[in-house]
Amino acid sequence: MNATAESYVTEDGRTIGAPVLEMKNITLKFGGVTAISDISFDIREGEIRAIIGPNGAGKSSMLNVINGFYHPQEGEIWFHGEKRAPMKPYQIAQQGIARTFQNIALFKGMSTLDNIMTGRFTHMKTNMFWQAVWKGPAEREENENRDIVEHVIDFLEIQAIRKTPVGRLPYGLQKRVELGRALAAQPKLLLLDEPMAGMNVEEKEDMSRFILDVNDEFGTTIALIEHDMGVVMDISDRVVVMDYGKKIGDGTPDEVRNNQDVIDAYLGVAHD
Amino acid sequence: MFYRESGDFKTSYAKDTQTFPIKLDRIGYYVILAIAFITIPVMLITDVGGGANYWTNAILLPFLIWAIAAIGLNILVGYCGQLSLGSGGFMAVGAYAAYKLMTSFPDLSIFFIVIISGAITAGVGILFGLPSLRIKGFYLAVATLAAQFFLVWLFNKVPWFYNNSASGQISAPTRSIFGFEITGATATPEAKYLFCLVLLIGVAWLARNLTRGRIGRSWMAIRDMDIAAEIIGVAPLRTKLSAFGVSSFFIGIAGALFFAVYLGAVEVGEAFNINKSFLLLFMVIIGGLGSIFGSIIGAAFMVLMPVLLKNIMVNQLNWPTDIAVHFEFAIVGALIIIFLILEPHGLAQLWRLLKEKLRLWPFPH
Repeated sequence: MNATAESYVTEDGRTIGAPVLEMKNITLKFGGVTAISDISFDIREGEIRAIIGPNGAGKSSMLNVINGFYHPQEGEIWFHGEKRAPMKPYQIAQQGIARTFQNIALFKGMSTLDNIMTGRFTHMKTNMFWQAVWKGPAEREENENRDIVEHVIDFLEIQAIRKTPVGRLPYGLQKRVELGRALAAQPKLLLLDEPMAGMNVEEKEDMSRFILDVNDEFGTTIALIEHDMGVVMDISDRVVVMDYGKKIGDGTPDEVRNNQDVIDAYLGVAHD
Repeated sequence: MFYRESGDFKTSYAKDTQTFPIKLDRIGYYVILAIAFITIPVMLITDVGGGANYWTNAILLPFLIWAIAAIGLNILVGYCGQLSLGSGGFMAVGAYAAYKLMTSFPDLSIFFIVIISGAITAGVGILFGLPSLRIKGFYLAVATLAAQFFLVWLFNKVPWFYNNSASGQISAPTRSIFGFEITGATATPEAKYLFCLVLLIGVAWLARNLTRGRIGRSWMAIRDMDIAAEIIGVAPLRTKLSAFGVSSFFIGIAGALFFAVYLGAVEVGEAFNINKSFLLLFMVIIGGLGSIFGSIIGAAFMVLMPVLLKNIMVNQLNWPTDIAVHFEFAIVGALIIIFLILEPHGLAQLWRLLKEKLRLWPFPH
């Protein structure tokens, strides 16, 4: 596989397009600690891109950089072929980057439906006056967006818990609702931070299926962090491997699996 | 058995999101509206038993006005999760804005006076909401406490606000709407009552619409988890300030009514002190955070309970008034504590549980 090519074809025959997001020489420091040092990689259109690495490798920090929670000291982020200026997280969301969290970050006081409806926030435009009057534009917009949300609910097979407060749901379902909230935004790039952490085998299979289906049906570009190597090697097209804030491998699952640095990082050798 | 929702299917999203999705609730709502708009005014006009003035001044007006204020505070505290202790100060802004408008524009209808007072209060509320981007929880409560003391001090200190009157008080001149006097000494109880009732229903309707749509969800998202709210595109500052604005708008309306319609004459340190802020907060917490209906029953509870206790202790048991007043404090305080321990989600939650029980009653499964 040639990383500089404009497009490439995966093993299962999908054509992957131009880069959606390019990280160029990103360095992130917290005081004296270097969380990410000089990492470059890209995420291409229609691709499932995994970021893996041992604990503390800087994977979540990398997502937080993409999200705008952290601002790297060095390096550039290019989104859709344009250099991105430093932005607030909500502005980045408006550009079309959605994400889920490692520890579930749902709105506990709201129902499943309301949680996923909140994901439509950036697509809803009626102003406060019309919202207060409700009849007219606000109600129409609400129902149009409800339609999209209902499709997401059908897709994730969570119709039965539509009106249930999310605080009452079991862990696996909460993860699914969180995915639903991110999907409702119809993002250009979807970031998943350990979508399968703490799940049993059936739940992991369900979640893998949803991730593949999202990518397949909507053509959504996905970047995910995951610790389950079986899942990562199975579903992702390309993998970035990080260790101690450095990139030690990048390529297809097979390439990464045979990379000596990656084997060392996972099986452990003395760092000198 | 009698209260049920089975067989009540919705065929459109609009029907699914209506305010009273269950038929029985809708009927109950119309019955309450009919009583409020027909039975009570008729009783006030005919004045059976001669208690029209007492009922209006001791129960109806305070209940309606506090309910408006409680809805306002509930939007800020219950929906957006921003604790505020400045409500007394914001009510004072509404009152003094109403006074200045009444004396500056004698021909202006009382309705517009009240609405503009609300709008002015919204501006002041947004200004004092600015620190909310940086500080949260109890620290924000302390910052809003500053608003409370500053505003009361301001209205005491600057004579322009009370038109240089010698007593430092403000008193409401006679103003009317459609020829009916609403403020001043000669206004009738039924006119005052109906005016406040219409405003309460209007405020409740607006609040319900705002909280069920895009803006309401963004408030609740900020309340439940502000980081997650930010990554789905909710701008924290704008959202918090909009909650401060809407909340203060309603509280300002309540303040204007409290001064112009209910009390008639006001001394700011007396009428709008810190106790009012706490009273309002109690109403919201006891009624139920994040519930419009809860705000209304919370206000009813806090207005009716002292009246009821006083009637029992003074009129039934013939206790001396001063002892009764002290007991009243103790009992209301104890009730608040008991309530918070037994049902932290307030009266609205009790009502919800009752409805869930009724759905199956008398069969347990």
